[in-house]
Amino acid sequence: MEKEKSILSDESNIRPPATQVGVLGWTKKNLFDGPWNTALTLLILFFLWKVIPPLINWFFIESRWASTSAECYAADGACWSIITYNIRFIIFGLFPPHLQWRPLTAMLLLAGMLFYSRDRRHWGKGLGYAWAVALFVMGLLMKGGLFGLAPVESTQWSGLPLTLMLSVFGMVAAYPLGVMLALGRRSRMPAIKSLSVVYIEMIRGVPLISLLFMSSVMFPLFLPEGITINKILRAQVAIILFTAAYIAEVVRGGLQAISRGQYEAAESLGLNYYQQMRLIILPQALKIVIPPTVGILISAFKDTSLVVIIALYDLLKTTQSVLSNPKWMGFSAEAYIFIALIYFICCYAMASYSRRLERELGANT
Amino acid sequence: MSSAGQITANDLKPVTTEPKSDESPIIRITGMHKWFGEFHVLSNIHLTVARQERIVICGPSGSGKSTLIRCINRLEEHQRGEIIVDEIKLTNDIKNIEKIRAEVGMVFQHFNLFPHLSILENLTLGPIWVRKTPKAEAEETAMYYLEKVRIAEQAQKYPGQLSGGQQQRVAIARSLCMKPRVMLFDEPTSALDPEMVKEVLDVMIELAEEGMTMIVVTHEMGFAKSVAHRVLFMDFGRIVEENRPEEFFNNPQHERTKLFLSQILH
Repeated sequence: MEKEKSILSDESNIRPPATQVGVLGWTKKNLFDGPWNTALTLLILFFLWKVIPPLINWFFIESRWASTSAECYAADGACWSIITYNIRFIIFGLFPPHLQWRPLTAMLLLAGMLFYSRDRRHWGKGLGYAWAVALFVMGLLMKGGLFGLAPVESTQWSGLPLTLMLSVFGMVAAYPLGVMLALGRRSRMPAIKSLSVVYIEMIRGVPLISLLFMSSVMFPLFLPEGITINKILRAQVAIILFTAAYIAEVVRGGLQAISRGQYEAAESLGLNYYQQMRLIILPQALKIVIPPTVGILISAFKDTSLVVIIALYDLLKTTQSVLSNPKWMGFSAEAYIFIALIYFICCYAMASYSRRLERELGANT
Repeated sequence: MSSAGQITANDLKPVTTEPKSDESPIIRITGMHKWFGEFHVLSNIHLTVARQERIVICGPSGSGKSTLIRCINRLEEHQRGEIIVDEIKLTNDIKNIEKIRAEVGMVFQHFNLFPHLSILENLTLGPIWVRKTPKAEAEETAMYYLEKVRIAEQAQKYPGQLSGGQQQRVAIARSLCMKPRVMLFDEPTSALDPEMVKEVLDVMIELAEEGMTMIVVTHEMGFAKSVAHRVLFMDFGRIVEENRPEEFFNNPQHERTKLFLSQILH
């Protein structure tokens, strides 16, 4: 008995060979696993050694952060001064400089509301009212004309606030519209079904650029004389209509994944169509399609930069205007890296939120 | 003795509640036909079900037995003839259909619980949204029926966490929460592991003892013998034979019925 025990404890003390575990084991297994992999590893290390130090040098060591453009031309490194010097124009564009605290506040309010809304426990009537108030305040800050705020023409809305506005409203409005189109496409009523099919296929069949052109050039021709519709609003509508068609197809995929039995169980309880969809089918279908939906929302967010071609001053356009200033010409890499960073932060936030949502909803089943 | 999972008549005590033949029938089907495209799936069906009556429908697969009960709550549409449920005629009027569906409980072969809702939410959904019952009251009723199907401790779980037998008992409780006048069972034990069949049949027998009107499509002949007032045998979309269970099993009239019984009773 005693002996057996000691044998057992002896065995349990044996550790795997040092070359199999820990840093050494990992390195051997993943980097130097045979001559071919060893050669590849060395090649990549050589490549990194060639690329990384110069890049760091350009980015940080030789770079200028707050200088004039002349000093930038003299230096070898990156000219971040183009950002710091022009930051107000890049972010706020044509908005009157002394009033730029207003779009700033509006953006912070938007970010705050989005951040607060990300927690599903906060979802409820109260949050809905909070959003209504927040939207009103944001609109007021942008437009002015009330409570002693100087009015600002919407033609002066530009830069990041415009990009955020086009994309956030675009996504928020396109999502429910897309869901309705998806339901419409599966409707048993022929009129609704064919309308949805025609809409989806027509919109998906043309590039967003052509829709934007139509909204800015063709659409006004059809309006009676003297009536004009705000250019931003027209672009906004084009973005919504375009995104909705894509969302509709993704949601339809989710609807098809729900088994017939779920519909039948819901029907046999006596739930009406609206209740079946809202309580049983959509919660399951929309959950399944979170990853592709977020994919579409992310590309819709980035596609808002296409409004450049109808001369709206979004973030991309304001950056380009800075670059066309002879003083700052030639520093496009720095400028584009900066706005790429802004786009990346927004898109990454969406992507990581979608993963969080999937995790939370997935825990139930 | 019976082999594992197979329930014979010896295991089950006969249920004695009798149908109320003096009241108007709960279901009256006359001259009903149904086609799937060109395929004549149900042909000239006549069936009257009294209140508190229990009917078992059996037959080979594809004989139309599931389709028949699915016509009763309009999961399938019939093309000719008449179906009257609790004095309401089934037409295309969606309001009528919804009214009938609320009165007719249905239990499916694959349970069809709502996977995104907890067990308790599965049970309270119908009462709250269709019957407009206050939430607290609906939950009380739900707990009562979960107690009844002996599964109350699982109320907060999700369907995916339950065994097949448990899920089917939840599905029965979900239907009962709507206080239905009649319950339809579409092969309720066919998708279950053999050792779970009995727990579901026990719940159904209890229901029978309380006088629930039931139409059951099943291959559990033991259940049919002890619970049914009438057994219907269907083939090729027709009701071939209907009789009291003792007559049906001991003295089948049609050759087709004899063949079917010899095949399933070994």
